[in-house]
Amino acid sequence: MQELDRAGMGSVRVTRKGNNVVVLEKDLATEQMILAMGPQHPSTHGVLKLECLTDGEVITEAVPYLGYLHRCFEKCCENVDYPAIVPYTDRLDYLAGMNSEFAYAIAVEKLLDVEIPRRVEFIRVIVAEMNRIASHLVAIGTYGIDLGAFTPFLFCFRDREIILSLLEWASGARMLYNYIWVGGLAYDIPSDFNRRVKEFVNYFRPKTVELYKLLTENKIFVKRTRGIGIMPADVAINYGWSGPMLRGSGVKWDLRRNDPYSIYPELDFAVPVPDGKVSDVGDCLSRHLVRALEMEESLKIIEQCIDKMPSAEGFNPRSAVPKRVRPKAGEVYGRAENPRGELGFYIQSDGKSTKPLRCKARSSCFVNLSAMKDLSKGQLIPDLVAIIGSIDIVLGEVDR
Amino acid sequence: MPLLMGNSLNAWSEALVGFNPMGLPLGLVILAAIPLVFIALYSLTYGVYGERKISAFMQDRLGPMEVGKWGILQTIADILKLLQKEDIVPTSADKFLFVIGPGVLFVGSFLAYAVLPFSSAFIGASLNVGLFFAIGIVAIEVVGILAAGWGSNNKWSLYGAVRSVAQIVSYEIPAAIALLCGAMMAGTLDMQKITMLQSGSYGFAHFFLFQSPIAWLPFLIYFIASLAEVNRAPFDIPEAESELVAGYFTEYTGMKFAVIFLAEYGSMFMVSAIISIVFLGGWNSPLPDIGSFALNAWTNGPLWGVFWIIMKGFFFIFVQMWLRWTLPRLRVDQLMYLCWKVLTPFAFVSFVLTAIWVIYVP
Repeated sequence: MQELDRAGMGSVRVTRKGNNVVVLEKDLATEQMILAMGPQHPSTHGVLKLECLTDGEVITEAVPYLGYLHRCFEKCCENVDYPAIVPYTDRLDYLAGMNSEFAYAIAVEKLLDVEIPRRVEFIRVIVAEMNRIASHLVAIGTYGIDLGAFTPFLFCFRDREIILSLLEWASGARMLYNYIWVGGLAYDIPSDFNRRVKEFVNYFRPKTVELYKLLTENKIFVKRTRGIGIMPADVAINYGWSGPMLRGSGVKWDLRRNDPYSIYPELDFAVPVPDGKVSDVGDCLSRHLVRALEMEESLKIIEQCIDKMPSAEGFNPRSAVPKRVRPKAGEVYGRAENPRGELGFYIQSDGKSTKPLRCKARSSCFVNLSAMKDLSKGQLIPDLVAIIGSIDIVLGEVDR
Repeated sequence: MPLLMGNSLNAWSEALVGFNPMGLPLGLVILAAIPLVFIALYSLTYGVYGERKISAFMQDRLGPMEVGKWGILQTIADILKLLQKEDIVPTSADKFLFVIGPGVLFVGSFLAYAVLPFSSAFIGASLNVGLFFAIGIVAIEVVGILAAGWGSNNKWSLYGAVRSVAQIVSYEIPAAIALLCGAMMAGTLDMQKITMLQSGSYGFAHFFLFQSPIAWLPFLIYFIASLAEVNRAPFDIPEAESELVAGYFTEYTGMKFAVIFLAEYGSMFMVSAIISIVFLGGWNSPLPDIGSFALNAWTNGPLWGVFWIIMKGFFFIFVQMWLRWTLPRLRVDQLMYLCWKVLTPFAFVSFVLTAIWVIYVP
């Protein structure tokens, strides 16, 4: 008995009797259909296009097409001074501008070898962690929408609004801050800032529990995400995954711990990794859980920073900001843990110019998205939506 | 004071029912036909408004606040806006199917209103197979959805239409069996008679839901199945906006879109009315007589009936909205699993148990 699948003719089961081929069973001929998901689709989180080959509701192949939001970040960088690149980094991952600026500042400071005032480091960590919470709130909220739950999304945005207004108070902008400068900060934080942040932390703790009850523990939500889009740890590492995606696969890898920068070594926080009890390690639910638990850790970090922060007496946030950034010839790779994974900047300097010779951004979303082809094979359309949502892409960073 | 008003209302409506010039029951026609249209339209306008306000309340928002006081005229403004929109028929669409799709859908959802008894005096057509008609006529919606989805010539629409047909046809089975339990307890398919059998001076205690210890099971099954039949969350798979853009009505604009939208809200009220008629006494007052304090008698009557059934219908619409704004969406296969492996077997179980109850327990 043999099974033949001739293109477009359906599968045919045949057997041989002597020299004759006898057809045992002939299925209905089915055709595969190309389905263009995006760039204008509500759940591709921006202008991602997925070209799916579908057999009914089953996806046989999904290929991501990128570039709809390409803004020549790297070429722009070669034409402006080092400090002028900071606003561009905001526009990479526009949901976590502070973290992108932080990563860029780390890279250039490594190249310059400057001493940063201690209070600056504390403020940087506070704003970066607050932005991480804001970013995770968007990720969790939009993930709810992808799975059809609208209310958690608005709850998340309600709380994110408080963070945005606090950051606006400090920097003057809601999303594109230009706050963390090379060698310092644009401004010191307002005098009452720490008290208000503490108020927010106390307000937000019960809200995470509410969100947990409303979304993460919801039976339908668990049914839709558990065991979907499983990524084994070794494959995830081979793809170069990082951040919550990699931790969702069970790898305890966090740059704040494994390649510590700034004041993170002094702080006490855990790196949450799924244990396989509530979720299958590596599935969409694990990735969602990692994000949900990370918000708690960020709250802890913020509290510690506020307690340990040096006083503002005689503090000038721009004291270490160089007048002219002209680093020695050389190259550097600086990286930081972004909400979406490792954001790295590779910068080359020729030693003469105030502009970088080359500035390459290593985007976490782009790398995470590259596994799409593997993850989507054989999934249903609703599962594909769940997988895209769990990757938590920001197209601004994917396309750059 | 409200009691007094109730009595005068009853007297007024009874006088109107008795208004038969030249042997024609004109009063009955006035009472029956005009309110039917108004009930349908009001359930739509205020269903949409209620949905927006209730979702806003659940999500810490205000909802519409600009048009009229608290935005109560928002739906009218929306309809006016939709009327002015360009009516686009895609060039590659099947024009005939594309145009009749929303119409068939609308007719399907509104025909069932004809057999819904809104009060002892208000019923469009008192068929002796009313319940059967109501179950059957809903199936016309499937044709409309398929016509809309296929005629749009859009892959997302087609997915939505195919999903929708599979879903509605499947869920009709547990829904119909669950309603049959109610019909068995009544011994008739006439909606008016089913309602009358649930009246009595003990109010809610006469409702079929409280008349047998098993009735809660078909009640629950019908409620869940009806959510799927009217494509409401968590079963809003045919229009799943995060997966299929807008499902079978992706390509519709202007008034055609509005008609589809209104049909959806019409169906919502229709299934809510059916569940209240079969299990919760329809137009009967739920208030019991307490001794000589005849609450039930005071709050029953043709006009009170309209009030009660609309209140019951709105209550179920509220529950539908509550669920929609709380729960995520099921996947296609999970939806089918729920229908065939959970609801249908339990519907059969409740059918048999109800039969035993009806035959052996007086």
